[in-house]
Amino acid sequence: MAITREEVLHVARLARLALSDADADRLREQLGDLLEYMKQLDGLDTSGVVPTSHAVEMGTPFREDTVLPFGDPEAILSNAPDREDGFFRVPRIIED
Amino acid sequence: MADVPVHEWTLLEAARKVREKEISSRDLTGALLARIERLNPGINAYITVLPERAMAQAAELDEAQARGELRGPLHGVPMGLKDIFCTRGVRTTCGSRILADFLPPYDACVTEKVLRAGAVLLGKQNMDEFAMGSSTETSCFGATRNPWDVTRIPGGSSGGTAAAVSAAMAFAGVGTDTGGSIRQPASLCGVVGMKPTYGRVSRYGMVAFASSLDQAGPITRTVPDAARMLSVIAGHDRRDSTCADVPTPDYLAAVDRPVKGLRIGLPKEYFESGGLSPAVKAAVSKALSALIDQGATAVEVSLPHTTFALSAYYLIAPAEASSNLARYDGVRYGHRAKGASGLIEMMSRTRAEGFGPEVKRRIMIGTYALSAGYYDAFYGKAQKVRTLIRDDFTSAFGKADVLLTPTAPTPAFRLGEKTDDPLTMYLSDIFTIPCNLAGIPGISVPCGLSPEGLPIGAQLLSNHFREETLFAAAGAVERAVPLPRVSPIEG
Repeated sequence: MAITREEVLHVARLARLALSDADADRLREQLGDLLEYMKQLDGLDTSGVVPTSHAVEMGTPFREDTVLPFGDPEAILSNAPDREDGFFRVPRIIED
Repeated sequence: MADVPVHEWTLLEAARKVREKEISSRDLTGALLARIERLNPGINAYITVLPERAMAQAAELDEAQARGELRGPLHGVPMGLKDIFCTRGVRTTCGSRILADFLPPYDACVTEKVLRAGAVLLGKQNMDEFAMGSSTETSCFGATRNPWDVTRIPGGSSGGTAAAVSAAMAFAGVGTDTGGSIRQPASLCGVVGMKPTYGRVSRYGMVAFASSLDQAGPITRTVPDAARMLSVIAGHDRRDSTCADVPTPDYLAAVDRPVKGLRIGLPKEYFESGGLSPAVKAAVSKALSALIDQGATAVEVSLPHTTFALSAYYLIAPAEASSNLARYDGVRYGHRAKGASGLIEMMSRTRAEGFGPEVKRRIMIGTYALSAGYYDAFYGKAQKVRTLIRDDFTSAFGKADVLLTPTAPTPAFRLGEKTDDPLTMYLSDIFTIPCNLAGIPGISVPCGLSPEGLPIGAQLLSNHFREETLFAAAGAVERAVPLPRVSPIEG
């Protein structure tokens, strides 16, 4: 199944992945091959079949909405690539 | 303590020796660390080894025992964890550059449970990046090698765990299995690997790949060891809303259950598969004979949608992965690209630098399958096929108590042999994937060696929450087909 270079770049934008030209060419070819293989599913009649999102059926478990303090915010913040006081610092969000 | 023959002991034997004070946890841990120091450079089973922490833990456990305090069934026994389980204050990389310096502020449920049971943590084991791979070659820390033949891959994605257990660099390990990542490397390294029913073990603190398929389970050198480990890590956890609130049976007792009268189903589609090697077919026949000799009966069953499982899986798993991996954006933890002028550029470059080619490929497939205009044709279709695959198993379990199949179509292949062709690599999971789609448990147990002397595993599958039947059948195979428990490697 052929997919275009524009489709590859569109999907990469959705996935927030910067691609080099070589990446985009390679992915166009590989995704095309894989999607071609997956086209085999089209040969299977699934009309009236209910989709499965979880194989083991269980209801949604409910619990009390209680606060469980984590207690060590520094252990979280110390992983931050950039921080200021108790905040995560990022490059500017609103671009010109 | 190089003269301690740790490679000859099982986990249960090591636990007993510590409990009965035949050996201290310190001496046991020291012997394992010495073995890791000697063998790991050639195998690369560990991403992180924790010598000081492990010795301190062992000393603390010895002191506790001297006070008459035994923590649990793993008291003083050294083991490892796949580097996908969060370990508080110990880096957890998932085999990825994007998490290369991540220090989790909390322990995974599995980590908590093995530590509470008294285990000593030797280190974090190598894996395919984000568990995406079948050969442990996609790790950003380099490939793991198969201790039976270092020119070959150990399988994946829990290849570091399987290789470490096989080379006696740990008495046990815990891996994860999304499409075969416990069973396939166990098969290729000649050890036991068990994927429990979806929901049997908590996924809390286990880095997510495909949340409707991921499940943690033990890798050990014997079936009783796997049963002991599952008893430790199984059980309800309110922090994972998909973790089943069901009692944990005594799995160790199940290993010795007679298999007389057990109905063994042979799914014909698995044995008619074109890629199945004759050596694997012959070894699995030996496992079947062993079960029949002990009074089990064989029955042919059909899983007619087997040929569609791979396609369904490689849409569903990447779709879930593309969503789960959206969290790696360089904001709160992990790698961040330098010098970006805006937020979107920073995120896109962070992810380009942080993820390897296989992870990018799967994020791209998953994003494509979920994108507007393609959702129904790909993701929606795959979810319907998943229903058909699950229904296949439901009807097969009407005729059989367990299914017996090969775990992998061939013994271990060579490093680099399949890295250029993603689809060929994906085909090595063809017998393990349907089990994850159906959410049922599966175990791989060694059943023979190929003419080149490479291990071969048989896979046993049962219905939801029937792990005990698997342990009984796998135990019967293990007792009847004697094989070396440890890879021949020394060094």
